[in-house]
Amino acid sequence: MTANGQIKIFTLKIDGKDVSARSDQTVLQVCRENEYFIPTLCHLEGLSNIGACRLCMVEVAGQRKLLPACTTMVSEGMEVTTTNDKLAHYRKMTLELIFSERNHTCSVCVSNNHCELQYLSQKLGINHIRVPYRFPKFAVDASHPYFILDHNRCILCTRCVRVCDEIEGAHVWDVSGRGIQAKVITELNQPWGSADTCTQCGKCVNVCPVGALSEKGRSVAENTKRSGFLPYLTARRKEKI
Amino acid sequence: MPAYPVKVQPPTEDKRWGLVMATMKRHGYQSNAMIETLHTVQESFGFLDDDSLRFVSKALNVPLSKVYGVATFYHFFTLKPQGKHTCVICMGTACYVKGAGELMETIAKKYNVHPGETTDDGNLSLVTARCIGACGLAPAGVFDGEVNGKLTAADTLTKLTKWE
Repeated sequence: MTANGQIKIFTLKIDGKDVSARSDQTVLQVCRENEYFIPTLCHLEGLSNIGACRLCMVEVAGQRKLLPACTTMVSEGMEVTTTNDKLAHYRKMTLELIFSERNHTCSVCVSNNHCELQYLSQKLGINHIRVPYRFPKFAVDASHPYFILDHNRCILCTRCVRVCDEIEGAHVWDVSGRGIQAKVITELNQPWGSADTCTQCGKCVNVCPVGALSEKGRSVAENTKRSGFLPYLTARRKEKI
Repeated sequence: MPAYPVKVQPPTEDKRWGLVMATMKRHGYQSNAMIETLHTVQESFGFLDDDSLRFVSKALNVPLSKVYGVATFYHFFTLKPQGKHTCVICMGTACYVKGAGELMETIAKKYNVHPGETTDDGNLSLVTARCIGACGLAPAGVFDGEVNGKLTAADTLTKLTKWE
């Protein structure tokens, strides 16, 4: 967007093909519009982008480093590469590291067959993890009357943090600690059920890409989620303001 | 329900809350003064307990989880009281190469304390630092504010036994 708020139309190349894009779009949006496949985990339409999962990395001509497509704005004459051997290698490695950090056991997970992490690893052809697993010990928090939090499945995408802050406005969630000690917490790292600010709306559960947040009473592979409400919720709220 | 900002009273009668209130007032009770306010709490009380985190969160209208996230992100803040004595071991590259890791292991083994923790009797806090700027003296450590260089495991233990 230019300084006076006007939106321009840019022409750029994605995998050698000319496409046009609005100047307020990200590379990821343009790629998705033109049906180029880019894997993502932390991105969700309707939430802000933070570029945390590093799966949407793309190559941009003239840039030495890979750039995350979700936080890179388009520019005139940009030349983007969405798939090549190097990117495939990096994406696989990133996914393997995510798997090694926590205890992701699909066969007993509530989100089996409805899991974005599982889907992406199948799609990117991951059949084994080349780094040692860390096997951290995490307790499951089932203190909430309707929902369950299982840190063992969490990939720290922070979708729950963002949806609670940006859409619901409660900001019950945040990330505590740093590096390998990082984990999502409610209020003062207290049981979720005792968090007074939680409105029990369940948005965090519905946006969770994995089985870290689930509804109570669901067994293995029964945790279906719907996150389609986000884009129109964001759009309608913006219109009212 | 009153609209924010609401004047929030400190959790206890302790005079030190005056310092915290002054910091918040100086910044006009803006939520972006959270880190500055936590600094004052840490410096006046020595650590951040649940009550002080709740107070800061309420007084500055910042979500509780955000305050907790910030307090656990920065090494400067501690959620538990510090020990009577503090031993900082530099884990910067130079010190690490010169054997800071072994120093740390020796202390951890002898006093049964992990980096960032305090012994059960509340006497010793073991802290790591990422380069204290004394690379020429590697491996270096700070014992209650006094910098010591070219440490050996025996040196370190002698220093620590004096505190027992």
